[in-house]
Amino acid sequence: MTDHQKRSLLKVAALSALASATLIGCGKKEEPAPAPAPAPVAAPEPAKPEPLKVAFAYVGPVGDGGWTFAHDNGRKAVEKEFGDKVVTSFVENVPESADAERVIRDMAAQGNKVVFGTTFGYMESMLKVAADTPDVKFEHATGYKTAPNMRTYDSRTYEGAYMAGVIAGAMTKSNTLGVVGSIPIPEVIRNINSFTLGAQSVNPKIKTKVVWVGEWFNPPKETEAATSLINGGADILFQNTDSSAVLQTAGKLGKRAFGWDSDMSAYEPKAHLASSVINWGPYYVKAVGDALNGTWSTGGVWWGVKEGAIDIVSIAEDVPADIKTKIDTIKAGLKDGSFAIWKGPIKGQDGKDVLAKDVVADDAFMGGIKFYVKGVEGKVPGG
Amino acid sequence: MDSYALLIAATLNAGTVLAIASLGLLINEKVGIVNLGAEGMMLCAALAGFAAVVHTGSTVVGFAAGMAAGALMAAIFGVLVIWLNTNQYATGLALSLFGGGFSAFAGTGYVQARLPEQTAWAIPLLGDIPLLGPALFRHHPMVYVAMALTVGLIWFLYRTRTGLVLRSVGESPESAHALGYPVRRIRLAAVVAGGALCGLAGAYISTVYTPLWVEGMVAGKGWIALALTTFATWRPARVLLGAYLFGGVTMLQFHLQGAGVNVPSQFLTMLPYVATIVVLALISRNPTWIRVNMPSSIGKPFYPGS
Amino acid sequence: MLKLEARPQPSPLWSYASPVLALAITVLIGVALFVALGKDPVRGLQVFFWDPIKSGYALSELMVKVTPLLIIALGLAVCFRSNVWNIGAEGQYIVGAIAAGGVALLADKTTGPWIVPAILLAGVTGGMAWAGITALLRDKFNASEILVSLMLVYVAIQFLNFMVYGPWKDPMGYNFPQTKTFEAVTQIPRLFTGSRVSIGLLLALAGVAALWVFLFRTYAGFAQQVGGLAPAAALYAGFSSRKALWIALLASGGAAGLAGALEVAGPIGQLTPFVPAGYGFAAIIVAFVGRLHPVGMVFSAILMSMFYIGGELAQSRLGLPKSITGVFQGLLLFTLLACDTLIAYRIKWSR
Repeated sequence: MTDHQKRSLLKVAALSALASATLIGCGKKEEPAPAPAPAPVAAPEPAKPEPLKVAFAYVGPVGDGGWTFAHDNGRKAVEKEFGDKVVTSFVENVPESADAERVIRDMAAQGNKVVFGTTFGYMESMLKVAADTPDVKFEHATGYKTAPNMRTYDSRTYEGAYMAGVIAGAMTKSNTLGVVGSIPIPEVIRNINSFTLGAQSVNPKIKTKVVWVGEWFNPPKETEAATSLINGGADILFQNTDSSAVLQTAGKLGKRAFGWDSDMSAYEPKAHLASSVINWGPYYVKAVGDALNGTWSTGGVWWGVKEGAIDIVSIAEDVPADIKTKIDTIKAGLKDGSFAIWKGPIKGQDGKDVLAKDVVADDAFMGGIKFYVKGVEGKVPGG
Repeated sequence: MDSYALLIAATLNAGTVLAIASLGLLINEKVGIVNLGAEGMMLCAALAGFAAVVHTGSTVVGFAAGMAAGALMAAIFGVLVIWLNTNQYATGLALSLFGGGFSAFAGTGYVQARLPEQTAWAIPLLGDIPLLGPALFRHHPMVYVAMALTVGLIWFLYRTRTGLVLRSVGESPESAHALGYPVRRIRLAAVVAGGALCGLAGAYISTVYTPLWVEGMVAGKGWIALALTTFATWRPARVLLGAYLFGGVTMLQFHLQGAGVNVPSQFLTMLPYVATIVVLALISRNPTWIRVNMPSSIGKPFYPGS
Repeated sequence: MLKLEARPQPSPLWSYASPVLALAITVLIGVALFVALGKDPVRGLQVFFWDPIKSGYALSELMVKVTPLLIIALGLAVCFRSNVWNIGAEGQYIVGAIAAGGVALLADKTTGPWIVPAILLAGVTGGMAWAGITALLRDKFNASEILVSLMLVYVAIQFLNFMVYGPWKDPMGYNFPQTKTFEAVTQIPRLFTGSRVSIGLLLALAGVAALWVFLFRTYAGFAQQVGGLAPAAALYAGFSSRKALWIALLASGGAAGLAGALEVAGPIGQLTPFVPAGYGFAAIIVAFVGRLHPVGMVFSAILMSMFYIGGELAQSRLGLPKSITGVFQGLLLFTLLACDTLIAYRIKWSR
């Protein structure tokens, strides 16, 4: 073949490739483009209404065994409760960045009427999309900004942390407890404090050491952090990070630890003391129910043991019976309102009261906790 | 004092990964090839190793799977770079990017899997010596493998004929070719061996160090291993020491946090990288030193016909 | 037996056809992948190549992704053509974003629109300064710019984290590591209402034109490239390789910094730990696939953006993990490098 012929042949090949690509694009247009909203059914006989489309945006993988796994269980609860009245979908690994806006907007454009954003970092993106799509309801986890069609929800993880602390205080031999912290936001600091308060309620001698990973989910770093806590003398570990690495490290080094967000007992049965879990099911069912019944209204919700959103499960066999009874008593007290975790006197690290005797902290106080209580070592980072 | 013993133990453990990977890259660079794909190879090997252990329950099989994955990717890289003479840096980078994407993609099914419980390792008698025992003698065998590998590599490179041939290919492939050595095949063998070692390091991360799979879990260790070879001026013993140094700095940041030292954690995290830059600047400053230590043909393609 | 035979001179035909062939091979492998995973391959191709361009909104989102990729790639092209291997564009992007964010935080309700050019300038300066470190170490100490620029990426990430966890943290932000949202006046002007595309796109296109002129019509550009392609010749001709090094790194650093500023004062609107999005590394692929040519890079930037957006859509439409984007991007670069062999060699059957 001459050069000229070769060149022509290639031109033809390139053009045909381009042509086929265009044809594929045009050819498949017969498939109905996703409609912005299902057309309202107005048939003569009472036809079954279109299922409500509900979408979930997850920050991590469904398989993380922790935070996102718990949310996905909540989604499955919605499916179980409402059957064919709803159609759920999810997108995982949506980063807390500018990309989130595109994903959430796409969810709204795909006809979803309720969109759940399961991490703080989606707040601004959800607000923007909420402003543009007033007929879609937005549910934002752990945030604080709302809109007429966007509300927030959160869980009282500190109640689970407190109960874990009770177990830790009873089971520790070295009287040093370790916490692998994620990001020093009030929620996490409150959890560290609650864990410490719980332990102190059965063992006033304990002290808590904290190490910060700086991320929600980074198993190798969580491993290193856990190792350094154990090296520093801690024999029981607690975490606010999203994977089971801390528990596994404890198991490897012969110490005990807790599961967090989901039941992690299967990961390391010998080291596992208990798991503080979040049940998003009850809230998700209510939220979707609100949308189905037309009773949805904006606001903010903070649910705990009382509403069935928090629990401590799979308590290990060797935890003494009186501690197990104490846990049950605490749960009952939280359910009927007779027990409050954040009730004075509670002292800060300097020994002064942050809550006077018999004063019960309100949600506003608890939402802004930036200090450590007495018994926690070190300073809150980035004060 | 106990906590220092444990800190040393943690350092050795953290440094082992870097050491094994870096020694593999050293073999590559001794024949004149820079494989920027270390991170991608380690990620794919980590997944391969993890998956193998999930399915067979045997850590040894996991290591073998990791080595195979690393070797395979290195072979692809090698063919492109040695026979098709593609740009080494770009091809290595492509390998890293592809390896990252592929491992994340193929690994989605393994994110929730768990491995069978690990045994606690300890050398009998030696492991019980107070202080020294926990620091040095209670490690996973791979820690000792890294040390043995270093010694073995020194012996191989500087005391055997094959090692000499390897080094001469790296210094001047044209001369080696003139002497009748199959330069390209030697280079490929070195690249594959290097890939296998990177794979071993990757498998160690996911099956022993943090027995979980999550995408991106190598977290830049491949790039640090690359910097290590230059940092250590291409000498195996220095690579091992450098690896421990870097491993130590990583553990140090948590140790300091736990001890209540109030330096912002980000500056501690920065330390290994800043240290690498400083050392790079210092050792590159002297062109004679570089010429004496660095294999001359690094990064340059070899054309047998020329 | 297949044999490679060197061509007497590089084939101009294959210079253009190689990326197309690489794309075709990538697509073929992609189709095989879809089939292996039990997904409809035609739907798969549609999600990647049609859905991202089929509506005005989709196209605008595509352009939002194209803007930073193209800008960074333009700078990298100068670098790679000069044989300076700047792998650390991501770090320069981050520092540019930090600098721009710093200026944006100075704004309050009374600030005028003059702050926008100030923000962009800060971004460029920040990126240049960061790349300057690499240039300095290479110039004075002969340290490998590959390793230095790469290590600086990690340093930049930690520096960003330090700023948003510490001095620049939003006091009203519940201790979350992020700055306050920037005032509305700092927002980079949009091109059209209702889309997120900013004038950054115009800057990118202007950059394309500027780079074309520089590379192919100016003496300085010529000197720059000779330094990269034939250092001995450059030395003989008196072209300064030091100058080439600095120009290359400052140009790519400035470009990356500009991209960072546009993102942070544009779609993101604040500084968070999630500013590093990997554009600095993806832009390397864009530069290569675009043959380091300004016009070629426009196409490759569009292609890479389609992979990004297609990957996202593949999750919700096809149930495929988002990481499939990384697979395709890496594959594309691999196949391109392999196909590039055809420029210098011809394949022959020999018996």
